[in-house]
Amino acid sequence: MRTLILAEHDNGTLNDQTLNAVTCASLLGSVDILVAGSDCKAVATDAAGAMGVQTVVWVDEARLAHGLAEDLAALLVSMSQDYDVFLAVSSSFGKTVMPRVAALLDVQQISDICEIVDANTFKRPIYAGNAIQTVRSGEAKKVLTVRASAFAAAPPTGGTATVKALMMVDTPALSTFVSKHLTASGRPDLRSSPVIVSGGRGLGSLANFALLERLADVLGGGVGASRAAVDAGFAPNDYQIGQSGKVVAPDLYIAVGISGAIQHLAGMKDSRIIVAINTDPDAPIFKVADYGLVADLFEVLPKLAEALEQ
Amino acid sequence: MKILVAVKRVIDYNVKIRLRADGSGVDTAGVKMSMNPFDEIAVEQAVRFKDAGLASEIVVVSIGPAKAQDTLRTALAMGADRGLHVETDVDLEPLGVAKILAELARREAPGLVFLGKQAIDDDANQTGQMVAALLGWGQGMFASKLELSDDSIEVECEIDGGLQTLKLPLPCVVSADLRLNEPRYATLPNIMKAKSKPLDTLALHEFDIDVSPRLEILATVEPTPRACGKILASVEDLVEKLKTESKVI
Repeated sequence: MRTLILAEHDNGTLNDQTLNAVTCASLLGSVDILVAGSDCKAVATDAAGAMGVQTVVWVDEARLAHGLAEDLAALLVSMSQDYDVFLAVSSSFGKTVMPRVAALLDVQQISDICEIVDANTFKRPIYAGNAIQTVRSGEAKKVLTVRASAFAAAPPTGGTATVKALMMVDTPALSTFVSKHLTASGRPDLRSSPVIVSGGRGLGSLANFALLERLADVLGGGVGASRAAVDAGFAPNDYQIGQSGKVVAPDLYIAVGISGAIQHLAGMKDSRIIVAINTDPDAPIFKVADYGLVADLFEVLPKLAEALEQ
Repeated sequence: MKILVAVKRVIDYNVKIRLRADGSGVDTAGVKMSMNPFDEIAVEQAVRFKDAGLASEIVVVSIGPAKAQDTLRTALAMGADRGLHVETDVDLEPLGVAKILAELARREAPGLVFLGKQAIDDDANQTGQMVAALLGWGQGMFASKLELSDDSIEVECEIDGGLQTLKLPLPCVVSADLRLNEPRYATLPNIMKAKSKPLDTLALHEFDIDVSPRLEILATVEPTPRACGKILASVEDLVEKLKTESKVI
């Protein structure tokens, strides 16, 4: 089978998670990557270096600068006769584009796959990860989004893909980019960070989130939050980990003042090691934690940061 | 301007699901059902637009069994004007749902099709994007803020890493994210009033749309549980375990 991956990028660098998608797609057959953007040659070159990629299809047009779903879907559909599978990471980017592709191809998309059983059969979480469904598609073409954390990243270098330039298709402009506001933080992307320190309602205030920042600094990790903490205004929206936020699986996840609602567990329970710090010994977070501390986070956090600094 | 809002009846978000022992799926018998929370946010926003004089009529649609009418009545009690129930006992896939919604959008000619970003049962996150594609309309997904004017809408979309604002000409499709608003509770007088609001039922076969499933569900099982962890006595213990036992730092 021939798979085309829709690359995620910012016109300058390829998003790490696309490499996880390469590993997933390699299990199905040959892998090409579509790099569509504006002034994005560097991304195409990056993608060509990824191990396991055969061809990078590079489409460079000013109107593709912001990766609008309507344009990208039209572009992918125009290439449909050359591919059996269309695949993207199930990030907010992949989620906006791929269902559009699926509908235009009259295909039922399979979202957020976490395992490939065979070329037609996939596993995916439903009900916030409280059940895993195995589905088989009998359709000639497939549209998939993939849970990046369930697949290892392909080596970013050592590949020798050819880069093939292609023109953007003629399609009506259905939406216009106005502005983008990215949360400023010098921290690693939550979705690929090996360590995440995450805070819940127990933190009590925006100012107290700084305690997490200190621990994250010591560990070189990212900072996340539960929905309760985001709703309370302690952290920005894009910090949210859970069913309706980001799904992460770092080596180490430290949940601080998080009770562990199923919607939050959905976003982090595949982490390798989970540490929970909470004053309530009955908090559900302790059921998924490898190590728990039933203690006051305001005492524990400074001590922990200090101990780890040494 | 008319707004068409799609709502789905799902297992209430507070209920811990039970799987059928034969692996055939999730047991919904005797389980509390509610409106999908993201759809509730969409209904709320539509009502706010109407209250602000920006919308003239809110038509709310649900596709599902007879009980889906309860969900529609909830939306009517929140302030929607008219209900459309497409009755079927078959679980439809997002593509089938999108085809019916697209057809209803052609019939009703709304300025805006509005729905939740995902249903909390299948977590597919597809329907809105598919409706937009089938209609050839623009889409604003994962909305956290909206500015509606006569012929266009500005949608602040939640993206990984922050926010992105798009401008879409009407008609278009918008999906609601968590922080767009906090839905109201329907008051008792409004619940009573909702009982007399118009609610039409349409049979699925009236649509002449092939909604037969494309995917075969082979199994639905519980995820592998995590091994039970340990409660530690001190920060020193924790640091020790992280360094020597799990070797993550």
